[in-house]
Amino acid sequence: MNIDSIQNGVVIDHIKAGCGMNLYELLNLGALDASVALIKNVQSKKMGKKDIIKIDADISLNLDVIGYVDPDATVNVIKNGVLTEKMSIDMPETLVNVIKCKNPRCITSCEQELDQVFKLSDKENKEYRCLYCETKAR
Amino acid sequence: MRSVIDIVDLTTEELDTLIQTAVDIIENPQKYADACHGKKLATLFFEPSTRTRMSFEAAMYELGGNVISMTDGASSSASKGESVSDTAKTVSCYADIIAMRHPKEGAAFVAAKAASIPVINAGDGGHCHPTQTLADLLTIYREKGRFNNLTVGLCGDLKFGRTVHSLINALSRYDGIKFVLISPDELKLPSYVKRDSIKSKNIPYIQTTDLESAIPELDILYMTRVQRERFFNEEDYLRLKDSYILTPDKLVNAKADLSIMHPLPRVNEISVAIDSDPRACYFKQVLNGKYMRMALILKLLKEAGTI
Repeated sequence: MNIDSIQNGVVIDHIKAGCGMNLYELLNLGALDASVALIKNVQSKKMGKKDIIKIDADISLNLDVIGYVDPDATVNVIKNGVLTEKMSIDMPETLVNVIKCKNPRCITSCEQELDQVFKLSDKENKEYRCLYCETKAR
Repeated sequence: MRSVIDIVDLTTEELDTLIQTAVDIIENPQKYADACHGKKLATLFFEPSTRTRMSFEAAMYELGGNVISMTDGASSSASKGESVSDTAKTVSCYADIIAMRHPKEGAAFVAAKAASIPVINAGDGGHCHPTQTLADLLTIYREKGRFNNLTVGLCGDLKFGRTVHSLINALSRYDGIKFVLISPDELKLPSYVKRDSIKSKNIPYIQTTDLESAIPELDILYMTRVQRERFFNEEDYLRLKDSYILTPDKLVNAKADLSIMHPLPRVNEISVAIDSDPRACYFKQVLNGKYMRMALILKLLKEAGTI
């Protein structure tokens, strides 16, 4: 499969296979008025399979979202067809308004104006917990 | 502004100081009779509670202070859609300290963020209930004279039982503790509590479904109620509610100085026949809860510069 290379934009590479769609949705890329390619299950020597997202627009991405979905992904910034920057990704300590607490007993379930805040509680197991009720993010 | 939402908000040194203050209150009540003269505690109870609300109110009165109350969420501004934050900001204008119970988990944290006076969490859903843990700790201290070298059995609903999670966190800070976790498979201690408070500190523990075989080695047996309000499914509640019922015959092989505790209210998990056993401590816990709430109110008002 051939996807055109981009001139000015961002390539999110080495996304764990199967996580690309979740990342696409959490980054709200569907709302972008630009060419966006989500390529699933790309053959990779290092990973076996991986997902890739190519965004043909010079935008700044919320790296916390990428770090939450897959801290091993890489972010490459392309300008005039040339790779100009490789951004390092890490799991963010705090996630604000990225995911929602699914605990129906959480205060955020009835007070909609509250920020949805999650804290990294266990880096090894990539576990986040709601700041308010401490329920594990799913 | 310093508030207490979770038992982890208090350091081990602070827990020890609160215990010492409570013991001093018990021995010298007259010394504290006017400690909070002219100060007001607001009790905001968005769900029903008898014991905890009255305990806070009695604590403030015994410190010479006054109490203003919101005892029924249905008749308050919350029923009109007011947020917890707005309620906390409003009550901050009337009182010097807030004790709040709310059915939603994290509500006390939200209130503490918004309030300009200290907030004490008096229970937020199934999440935290730090002053119950303070009551439990004072009871253990008065019964055993120590927090170290104890084998502590926790029995019943270890999954949703907030008092169990907090007590484990508090006791896990001391040396020589061993936990015996007794519950049906469906109500086992959550893995994150086990990981954070037991395994990470290399504390020995046993997980079992068998209460009777566990009893002989225990110094403390902490019974809990299977709480109907924590279940979404009535069938599950009915199936599990009678998992453990402590009766005198089950105590035949128990230690002579076992302390039997329960955060109350009980339903049927401790037979009434045990109430007269000198090892029963659950009504002492109620009294100890008042003393610890007095100690905590004093501490927070002092830190706020109010007294």
